[in-house]
Amino acid sequence: MKQSKWFSVRTELTQKQVVTLSVMSFIIPLLLWSLISYVPFIWHPKMEISEPGAVSYFNKGMLIDKEDFYREVDNLEGTGKPLPKGDPANPVYLPAPHEVAAAFYKAFTTPPKRQEEKWLHESLWDSIQVIFWGFFLSSLVGVPLGILAGTYSVASKLYEPFIEFFRYLPAPAFGALAVAILGIHDAPKIAIIFIGTFFQQVLVISNTTRRLDPSLLEAALTLGAKNVTLLFRVVVPGIITNVYKDLRILLGWAWTYLIVAELIGTSSGITWFITQQARYKNFDNVFAAIIIIGIIGLTTDILLAKLGKRLFRWEKNNAATA
Amino acid sequence: MTKIELPSYLEQSDAVRDRFERLKKRPVILEVENLYKEFDTPTGKVTALKDINFKTYKREFVCVIGPSGCGKSTLVRTLAGLETQSSGRVLLDGKEVQGPGPDRGMVFQGYTLFPWLTVKKNVMFGLQMTGHSRVTAEEEAFQWIDLVGLSKFANSYPHQLSGGMKQRVAIARALANQPRILLMDEPFGALDAQTRAKMQAYLMEIWKNIDITIVFITHDLDEAIYLADRILVLKAHPGEVQEVIEVPVPQPRNPDQFLSPEFLATKKRLEDLIHPPKKEDAEEDRINMVRMVPVDDEVESVF
Ligand SMILES: Nc1ncnc2c1ncn2[C@@H]1O[C@H](COP(=O)(O)OP(=O)(O)OP(=O)(O)O)[C@@H](O)[C@H]1O
Ligand SMILES: [Mg+2]
Repeated sequence: MKQSKWFSVRTELTQKQVVTLSVMSFIIPLLLWSLISYVPFIWHPKMEISEPGAVSYFNKGMLIDKEDFYREVDNLEGTGKPLPKGDPANPVYLPAPHEVAAAFYKAFTTPPKRQEEKWLHESLWDSIQVIFWGFFLSSLVGVPLGILAGTYSVASKLYEPFIEFFRYLPAPAFGALAVAILGIHDAPKIAIIFIGTFFQQVLVISNTTRRLDPSLLEAALTLGAKNVTLLFRVVVPGIITNVYKDLRILLGWAWTYLIVAELIGTSSGITWFITQQARYKNFDNVFAAIIIIGIIGLTTDILLAKLGKRLFRWEKNNAATA
Repeated sequence: MTKIELPSYLEQSDAVRDRFERLKKRPVILEVENLYKEFDTPTGKVTALKDINFKTYKREFVCVIGPSGCGKSTLVRTLAGLETQSSGRVLLDGKEVQGPGPDRGMVFQGYTLFPWLTVKKNVMFGLQMTGHSRVTAEEEAFQWIDLVGLSKFANSYPHQLSGGMKQRVAIARALANQPRILLMDEPFGALDAQTRAKMQAYLMEIWKNIDITIVFITHDLDEAIYLADRILVLKAHPGEVQEVIEVPVPQPRNPDQFLSPEFLATKKRLEDLIHPPKKEDAEEDRINMVRMVPVDDEVESVF
C-alpha cells in the first residue's frame, strides 16, 4: 500500500491511521485532564491542609482557597507559632483521573446507603429501560409517519406543519403535565423521551424518504409496480439504510433527554445516583456515572453499526452505516 | 475526412430496399400522433416536444438522435408514461397508453438497479410485480441472466458489478417482463468505448434472437447507424422530427461496416443535420489544447 497522506480532501485513511486517530481522540482530553490534575503549578487554586499549624479553623485534609491560606501564613509569620502546611490542590468538583477510575470500581461494589435504595447497576438498568421504551414507542409511530409523509404529499401536508410547530416546544416543559397524567413513576419519564424524540424523528425520516433516488421509483413503475407494492418493495428498502443511520443519531438525542426525564416525578435511575452522590460531594462517583453514560452510548452505537453492516450487506462499503 | 465520393444515403441496395419493404408490412406496434410536451418553468413555458409523429413496426430497431437538450429523454419518458404529454397520443398496439406499465420496458442511462437486491432478485422484481409466483419468476430470471451472460453473478449485489455488467442486468430486468417494446435512454452513454462496442454487439445479438421492438436514444452517430433500422433525427428548440432516415447499411450488422460507403454517407447526412458535429468537436479541442498549453521547452519542437 502506498503511503497515504493525513490531509487530503475526502480520502480514506489507512486502518492504522484510523486506529491511531481514534485512540488519540480519547488520549488528548485525558492528557489535559491529567495535566490539570497532577502538575501542581497548573491551575490548582486550592490548598489541601496537611498540618493545620496554629490556625484554629484549619483541619487536616481541608481544602482552602490559596488566597486565604497565604493570608493566614502571613498573619502567623514572625509570631513564632507553628505555620500551617499544605499542598496545592484542585477543587473537590474536579477529581483526578485515578480517583475517578477507583470510583468506577467503588461505585459498583458499594452497597446503597439505605436498604430500599438501588445499587448503581440497578439504577443504570432503570435508565436503560426508560430510554428503550421512550425511543421504541417513538420509533414505532414516528418511522411509519415519517415514511408516509416523505412518500405521499397528502400525509406530508396533513401533519408535518403541526409537527414542525410542536418540535419547538421543549420536551421538559411537559414534565409537570406528564406527571399529572401518567403518575410519578416511569411512565412520565418515558413520555418525555418520547416527546423529545418523536417530532424530530418524523421530520428527519420524512426528509430521508424524500431523498430516495426518484429514478428507482420510475424503474419500478416501468416494471409494473403499483402504489402499495411501490411503497413496500421500493421506498422502504430503498431508504432503510439511511433510516437506520438516522435512528442511531436520534438514539443519541434520546439519551440527552434522559437526565431531565429522570428528574420528573420521583428521581430515579442514573440521575438519582448522580444527584445523590453530588449531595454527598462524591464527585469522583459523579464523574464515574457520567462517563458510564458515555460508555453505554458509544458501545450501543458501535454495536448498532456492526449490526448494520450485517443487515445491509448490499451497501457499498457500508457508507450509510459506518 | 477523405475526399472519397460518397453515395447518397438515400441509395439502397436491393437487399436493403427489400428488407424495408417487408418491415413496413409488419404490424405497427407503437404509434405517436401529434405529440406535444411543454414544461412550466419559472422563466416561462418550454416546448420540449412539438408535433412528433412516427410509427414503429414490430421487431424494428429505431434510434432517436439529436443535439443535447432537444427532447430525446422527454420523448422516451413520455412513451414510457413517466411524463404526461401536453397533447397528442401514444398508441401501443393501437390502444392509447396512459401512465407507466410493464408493457413498455425501460433501460436508463444510470442503470437504476435496486441496490438492495441481488442480480437475480433485480431481474425477478418485474416478474413478481406482474403476477409470477416466486418459483416461476426465479426460473425465468435465471434464463434472462444467462442470456446476458451473468449467471456467475446471479447472487452478487449491483455495487459489485462493473458498469457494463450493471447495464446488462438492467436489460435483462426490462426484457424479463416481456414488454411489447423496449425503451432505452442513452443506455451505454456512461460506458467506455470498448465496453460500449461490446454492449452494442450484445444488444444486436439479443434483438436478433427475441421478439422485441426497440426505441433507442443516443447522441452517438456511429451507435445510431450501427444499431438502427431507421433513425429519427430530432432538432432542438423545440424538439421536432427533422427527418426519418432509413439506414442503408445491410443487416446483419458487423463492426467492419463502420467504413463502408453507405455507413459514411449516412453519417455525413446525420452530421449535416445535427450541429455541431460531435466527432470534429473532440478533435478541435485537442488541437487547441496543444497550442494553448505552454510547453516546457526542454527539447526543441519538431513542428
Ligand atoms: N422536468 C423538466 N422541467 C422543465 N424543463 C424540462 C424538464 N425536463 C426537460 N426539460 C427541458 O426540455 C428540453 C428537453 O430535455 P431532454 O432532457 O428531453 O433533452 P435530451 O435530448 O434528453 O438532452 P440530453 O442529450 O442532454 O440528454 C430541455 O430544454 C430541458 O431544459
Ligand atoms: Mg437525455
